[in-house]
Amino acid sequence: MRILLTALSFAISSPAFAALNILACEPEWGALAKEIGGDRVTVYTATTALQDPHRIEARPSLIARARSADLMVCTGAELEIGWAPLLQTQSGNPKIQAGQPGYFEAASVVALLEKPTRLDRSMGDIHAAGNPHIHLDPRNIARVSAALSERMATLDRADTRYYEDREKSFLQRWSDATARWEKQGAPLKGMPLVVYHKNFTYLINWLGMREVGALEPKPGLPPSTAHLGELLDQLKREPAKAVVRAAYNEPRAAEWLAERAKIPAVMVPFTVGGTDNAKDLFTLYDDTLTRLLAVAK
Amino acid sequence: MFRSMWCAMALAVAVVPAYGQDVREELRQLQQRIQQLEKRLQETENVAAQASARPAGENAFNPAVSLILQGTAARSSLDPNTYQITGFAPTGGEVGPARRGLSLGESELVVAANIDPYFRGQLVASLTPEDTVEVEEAFFQTLGLGKGFTIKGGRFLSSIGYQNQIHSHAWDFQDAPLAYKAFLGGRLNDDGVQLRWVAPTDLLVELGTELGQGRTFPGTAPNKNGTGLWTAFAHAGGDIGASTAWRTGLSYLRTSPQDRAIDDVGALGTQSFTGRSNLWIADFILKWAPGGNPTLTNFKLQGEYFRRKESGDLNFNNVNSGDYSSRQSGWYLQGVYQFMPQWRVGYRRDQLDHGTVSNGIGLTSADSPLLLTDYNPKRNTLMVDWSPSEFSRIRLQLASDKSRFGMTDNQVLLQYIYSLGAHGAHTF
Repeated sequence: MRILLTALSFAISSPAFAALNILACEPEWGALAKEIGGDRVTVYTATTALQDPHRIEARPSLIARARSADLMVCTGAELEIGWAPLLQTQSGNPKIQAGQPGYFEAASVVALLEKPTRLDRSMGDIHAAGNPHIHLDPRNIARVSAALSERMATLDRADTRYYEDREKSFLQRWSDATARWEKQGAPLKGMPLVVYHKNFTYLINWLGMREVGALEPKPGLPPSTAHLGELLDQLKREPAKAVVRAAYNEPRAAEWLAERAKIPAVMVPFTVGGTDNAKDLFTLYDDTLTRLLAVAK
Repeated sequence: MFRSMWCAMALAVAVVPAYGQDVREELRQLQQRIQQLEKRLQETENVAAQASARPAGENAFNPAVSLILQGTAARSSLDPNTYQITGFAPTGGEVGPARRGLSLGESELVVAANIDPYFRGQLVASLTPEDTVEVEEAFFQTLGLGKGFTIKGGRFLSSIGYQNQIHSHAWDFQDAPLAYKAFLGGRLNDDGVQLRWVAPTDLLVELGTELGQGRTFPGTAPNKNGTGLWTAFAHAGGDIGASTAWRTGLSYLRTSPQDRAIDDVGALGTQSFTGRSNLWIADFILKWAPGGNPTLTNFKLQGEYFRRKESGDLNFNNVNSGDYSSRQSGWYLQGVYQFMPQWRVGYRRDQLDHGTVSNGIGLTSADSPLLLTDYNPKRNTLMVDWSPSEFSRIRLQLASDKSRFGMTDNQVLLQYIYSLGAHGAHTF
């Protein structure tokens, strides 16, 4: 009997050497959780870089993953408002409910930009807390990594030192890389850009670039011919260097405008997995800078 | 800014070594002060970040409120007030097609919030165009049971089938499938409790059961202790690659209606049914979008099959039949395709099978045309809708409805659906 019980407990615990089961809402937080958690965590990422994080559905597979998650790492600031609450209420998992240590919102430790002064849906799909696309400023990643490693240590006390050490090592490499990117990105300062959606605000703010227009007439609405026409007229008066879109934004509108305004259209990975080169957080920034510098000249 | 100051200072140090010790000492102090300032700035930034995440004021605890506005402009070749589905009992009211002409649909008011760390509550009140208020849903549900268990209690849309728990404003067609009308009177939202369990597997496996009053069709709200209806359901679902997600389910409903009136103006007497009603539903839904990104194009295929067995007494003009029994079935299959942003087209095929109905007292379709006419109702529906944003939708729907024996009802309608307020989360 005892042998059976031992065997049973081994069977239950053995596949899970990992102490923490993490459900990451977006690829950037999945990558960060892996940097800090190493082999003590298993990470499932709910979305890919080719999906629009606003437009995800609470698919059966996500409810199943939420059921056994110890920690759910999301952006917050209403980015996942259309689906994450359903994962919480339908999974029957008390650990990942809002307010519990098992629910982590990256935006809660970062000062958000573009906080709307007026909340009205006539402005499009705006977020009351501010722009939620925080991960393209490396200083935000550093802030989130500190808070996330603390949270992981809270949930898995036994591995506290392990998470602390990995976070420290990550932060060291990250600040070196940030300094390198800032140097590399110097020629981008002041560069005027047209974006697809307002999801590059933090990148633009960090590198000192300028956003002179967006293909979406209002956040969340698809580009319309009328709006693209206006944008083209505006670009004739005040030219931009490039039209930038995320890997998940459809290419046609960006290419249409770029061709007529005679400026390049640039696709950047936006998050980990958006391009073949963007394999982790470091290469995400490397690839983003390479692609932007190619059109900066 | 600080970097340029540093440069200036470095320059100053390089250029003015001659000024010697005093200047260096001053610079050192200045450096210290700047470091202190930088530290304070960082602290302030952190505090600001913290503060930004914390809304102030008593009303910050207000629940999420949203409001759905709906309305239709409809044309139909047959009078919706005399609507019936030949061979099946529910008639008029909720199951009928939209009113002719311009009319307001149901306005839904949704109020929801977490009650405390253990419970969540939600109310969906429907303000009907007849100036009444109906409670569509008013339930609590647990958040903290753990092990994948959730208990829901109150009035709620039952989890049987697929479309049953989708709110009408999120349907892909303006009206419910014929099978829902014939077997559930439109939908099932009973008063009761639900226990649901999600298995700890990567594939979604969900099992559940509900105990209810049986207050609406197919039940009759019996005045008795205990429960009048119970259901059981099992769902499984997952992904096929990044592009496709699916869910399938099997559900069972059992209730014991008492003197369930059969409202048939063509019948030669009053009729009612007392007995046992068993309903099985098999359902599936499949959603496809290239790479899992539905922004440009996506496709949705959905179908359900219903099978019902009823047995008991048919009371016809106060004569009890003793051994009435019926075996009937029905299904629908629908596909909705978004061919470009904001635009979707959809087609739905409905069919009911009259099956076998034996009444035990030799009644014929002349006595009870609604119940006993051997006829298989059918309907074809086409729709196209335009959604300027995710909060608004305008739909054109055409239907050829052969619910009534020997008659075709051609329907055209234009519908609007607007949602205001809190951004709702829709179930898969």
